[in-house]
Amino acid sequence: MRFTSLKQLSDLCEQEGATIGRMMVVEQARETGQSEERIVAQMASYYEVMKEAVRKGLHDDTRSRSGLTGGDAKRVRESALSGVRPPSLGGEASAALAYALAVSEVNASMGRVIATPTAGSCGIIPGVFVSSQERFVWDDETLVQGLFAAGAIGYVIANNSFVSGAEGGCQAEVGSAIGMAAGALTEMRGGTPEQAMHAVGLALKNSLGLICDPVGGLVEIPCIVRNGFGAVTALAAADMALAGVRSAIPSDEVIGVMLEVGSAMPEKHRETAKGGLAQTPTGRKIMKELYGKEGKS
Amino acid sequence: MRFKDVFSIIGPSMIGPSSSHTAGAVRLGRTARQALGTAPFEADIHLYGSFADTYRGHGTDLALVAGLLDFDTDDARIRNALVVATEAGVTVRFHPERPPVAHPNTATIALRRGEEGIRVTGRSIGGGNIEIVGIDRFDVKFTANYPTLLVFHGDRAGMIAEVTDVLMRAQVNISHMEVDRESRNGEALTVIECDQPIPSAELNRIGRLPNVSKVRVINLSETSSYADTEASPGGVDRQP
Repeated sequence: MRFTSLKQLSDLCEQEGATIGRMMVVEQARETGQSEERIVAQMASYYEVMKEAVRKGLHDDTRSRSGLTGGDAKRVRESALSGVRPPSLGGEASAALAYALAVSEVNASMGRVIATPTAGSCGIIPGVFVSSQERFVWDDETLVQGLFAAGAIGYVIANNSFVSGAEGGCQAEVGSAIGMAAGALTEMRGGTPEQAMHAVGLALKNSLGLICDPVGGLVEIPCIVRNGFGAVTALAAADMALAGVRSAIPSDEVIGVMLEVGSAMPEKHRETAKGGLAQTPTGRKIMKELYGKEGKS
Repeated sequence: MRFKDVFSIIGPSMIGPSSSHTAGAVRLGRTARQALGTAPFEADIHLYGSFADTYRGHGTDLALVAGLLDFDTDDARIRNALVVATEAGVTVRFHPERPPVAHPNTATIALRRGEEGIRVTGRSIGGGNIEIVGIDRFDVKFTANYPTLLVFHGDRAGMIAEVTDVLMRAQVNISHMEVDRESRNGEALTVIECDQPIPSAELNRIGRLPNVSKVRVINLSETSSYADTEASPGGVDRQP
């Protein structure tokens, strides 16, 4: 790849008059020696899996293997559509929320998803993408290019910081996905590469410090709702960037902060279920029920 | 670069719930199986860090065993992998370990089938990506993102040149390479990551080189199908 930072990526796009998505397709072809056609076809097949996961999560039974979670996407969607109490978010953001919950619930029930960048954060990009496609009546090609843009942003974050909760906490996992979705949405809505970069920085700042503290160590509580929140945050970050709001701290420096904070994060707050929500009285009680009398050692 | 391309960020397509504990675990198991070169009869899986703490809840046990059965990350059979393994006559034992490790999601997989055995240590670094850090007593490092050649051989001058010469003639480009040896003139392992799949004729040629004891190929990009006893097509054994 010819870029290792968001600044380089954005400069490269400006120089060559390319979108971030297009740049990623070209670089991927160069890196792997595969044809652009094949690469785009693979991404298109991933987008199909995402749409299917949204559909499944809204219509099928998504009770998780542990029995702890499931059905919340339906609750949110049905409540919004019932007209009894219109969602405070408005219909569109509420759809993004419900779709993100849906995919995350499919994941917890051992269904098929695309890791974006991980399974723990797999709801955010489909939530933002599928709801935006419906709203703005985009063809699939736009969304597939958007996934390449999201991938380019994630590539920079992953190589300069981390994308797994075990390494850097939830800021690395859900946080990265929000940044990727925000940047990609900014581009799909006609923003410049530079605006997309600002969207990433704006979004990442909002999740810095977020710990990974899943109850019972499972990708359920609080992961699923954080995917829902994440989708809404990505919409907000893209709106700010498109309006001309800039990330005063450059986005690459924000990624550096994520690395610093994640490296300093105690082990108990990095997916081990030894701290945070997992060790609340209720979290411990749930763990006891899951793993028997000893609790999780 | 730990993450080399767009599909290590968007992807893999996988069965949930955790890319590091499920998809990464499938790929670790599959790498171990392919390093053995055949379906195992017996597996001892040692789990470290978060793998040891949360493997049941994440289905890490199902995922590792699915990998031993050569399933891919989005194979719907993953959730039944323990049953499938039992039916196929594979004995699997899990050993959650206490000592701290360098990386939170680490597994050591020891496989046996008759005289054959292999021990693979790897870690799941997020998003379904893995790093293999040890094979038997050798310290090596590779990602299994590329067709990867494992050449077990005696440590002697010219060995690597002979192996790479075969690859050169087949127009196979090497992207990364590592060698580790037990001792001078002892056993050695050369790991070669390639840009292209390695044709079986070349594998056989490498397998017949003097001092080469066995050759294995790790290729996780090839869609798997469940074959319970057949040796992987890529493996070559030197007959004693």
